[in-house]
Amino acid sequence: MMSELTLTVLRLGLLVVLWGFVFAVVGVLRGDLYGTRVNRRSSNTPARGTPALPAGGARRGRTGRPPKQPRTARKNPTRLVVTAGPLAGTTLPLRPAGTLIGRSPECALVLDDDYASGRHCRVFEGENGTWMVEDLRSTNGTYLGATRLTEPREVAAGSVLRIGQTMLELQR
Amino acid sequence: MSIISSVAPRSGRTTELILLLGAVGIVGLAYVNLGLATSGTLPPGLVAVGVGYLAVSLAFHVVLRWKAKYADPLILPIVTLLNGLGLVMIHRVDIARGREIADGVALRQLMWSALAVAIATAVLFALRDHRLLRRYTWIAGVAGFALLLLPLMPIIGNSEYGSRIWIRLGPLSFQPGEVAKLLLAAFFAGYLVQTRDALSLAGRRILGLTLPRARDLGPILIAWLASLSVLVFERDLGSSLLFFGLFVAMLYVATERVSWIAIGMGLFVAGAYLAYLTFGHVQTRVLLWLHTFSPEALQTSDQLAKGLMGMAAGGMIGTGIGRGRPDLTYLAESDFIVPSFGEELGMIGLFAILALYALLVERGLRTSLGTRDGFGKLLAAGLSFSMALQCFVVVGGVTRVIPLTGLTMPFMSAGGSSLLANWTLVAILLRISDHARRPVPDAQETSAVGAAHTQVVRLP
Repeated sequence: MMSELTLTVLRLGLLVVLWGFVFAVVGVLRGDLYGTRVNRRSSNTPARGTPALPAGGARRGRTGRPPKQPRTARKNPTRLVVTAGPLAGTTLPLRPAGTLIGRSPECALVLDDDYASGRHCRVFEGENGTWMVEDLRSTNGTYLGATRLTEPREVAAGSVLRIGQTMLELQR
Repeated sequence: MSIISSVAPRSGRTTELILLLGAVGIVGLAYVNLGLATSGTLPPGLVAVGVGYLAVSLAFHVVLRWKAKYADPLILPIVTLLNGLGLVMIHRVDIARGREIADGVALRQLMWSALAVAIATAVLFALRDHRLLRRYTWIAGVAGFALLLLPLMPIIGNSEYGSRIWIRLGPLSFQPGEVAKLLLAAFFAGYLVQTRDALSLAGRRILGLTLPRARDLGPILIAWLASLSVLVFERDLGSSLLFFGLFVAMLYVATERVSWIAIGMGLFVAGAYLAYLTFGHVQTRVLLWLHTFSPEALQTSDQLAKGLMGMAAGGMIGTGIGRGRPDLTYLAESDFIVPSFGEELGMIGLFAILALYALLVERGLRTSLGTRDGFGKLLAAGLSFSMALQCFVVVGGVTRVIPLTGLTMPFMSAGGSSLLANWTLVAILLRISDHARRPVPDAQETSAVGAAHTQVVRLP
């Protein structure tokens, strides 16, 4: 009698764990879009980074922390934060190979801004480890602080770029 | 509104390990269930068999960590579970037939499984880049067709159960069609990646279908004749459908043209109908398919009818492992292993197994989407499609959707050649998926040449 009960439990349990395995596999499958992360935002999400600051060495406050990259010191930015405009709150890491910004889908940062060009500007690593920003002959121009870019210019952490209605800040 | 940013790619090896332990655990549970149901005690050698199975699958896992770090994490656990469930069911049929463990089919299947895993490991070691296979396109093609037609050779060819798809060398018998499947998939991939432009661009548009030019029909006609000769001379509808379907599907994947599928299906239906009119053995198969329970059909073979009755006896939740009578059906451990599962695990359990096959095929197709070179895309798509088609032919055969033919259910059916071929197939898929998921090295890190317009392909 007892063994009959055990058998029933075993045989139904087998079906349950079989389907449990199937659902575990499907659960892993949900992460199938590997290599990408999709952030959904509503337009009024506050910026996750700190509010926009004027250009200059505003980010010096963290000197208490040991610098992570001794070679390139504190000034080097590692990420780009959108502080104002339709995409406010978005951050993306800077890549040495260059980060393309514009409205075209091929860009690393695809702007949803009517005043931006398809390939608007590019942030890349220049010689001796500094970061440069270059305007890609956009219609409405790229502004670094208050000046419109005409040639590649060096930027540092805390520099503020303006593209149409979008403000970008480089942060460490 | 959303933004898509890239994250560091994950290898998924830990996920794989957890799922792998789960898979081995489920197999162990099924084995315990079988022992308790048939003899009332825990099965003998439970620990030895369980630890052995765990060790073999963990060894494969370690090789993946070492040699293909970014390979798909789901393929190995699914395959381990399917193989293990197959082993339990084969052992179950052994018990019902009164065979001892030492001379049962299950022990042989276990040894074949271990050998198949060893060969799959060797493939992962030897094949460090799937694109190397492209060099052997034509060799693979010739070898594939030769293997396919090998059972027709007078001395070594061997006819069993009405189909001439075995070769026999002394005590060893082998079903070369299973290996031919791999070789032909590699051949079709290499061939189509070269010729797909001609096959996909030229042609006229008639009735909404872009038809190919007459001279481009050559390859599909050759494949059609080869598959028809398999059907007629080897009397095997399953292999014939498998190879022709594989070719047509890869043609479609390569060219994106629906007209190839229309032409292929038209050719196959016409050929199969001609064969039906001409050959007696095809007529028998159709009779068994359409009028399974008629007296004439039952006189010829009651295997299909018994399989259906077994599944009906299982019902929704099945009789439980060890409590049904799957052994009443002829070949319950190989061709009819699906009805055996349907009887003992019920529809719920059988559908879980079919879902596992569907997930396995999905991972293969996902690999095909993710990989970046045309040859790898075609090869992964072809290999996973061949597995899907094989499952369809087997399950469709035993459930009377199509005429019954003698193909094996991948990983489950008793049979060494099938295990070897399918584990090798999985190793190739894992190798391609490793390539597909491996992060692209940053262009500046590689070399200055990488920044130029040409693409540098670095073979390891």
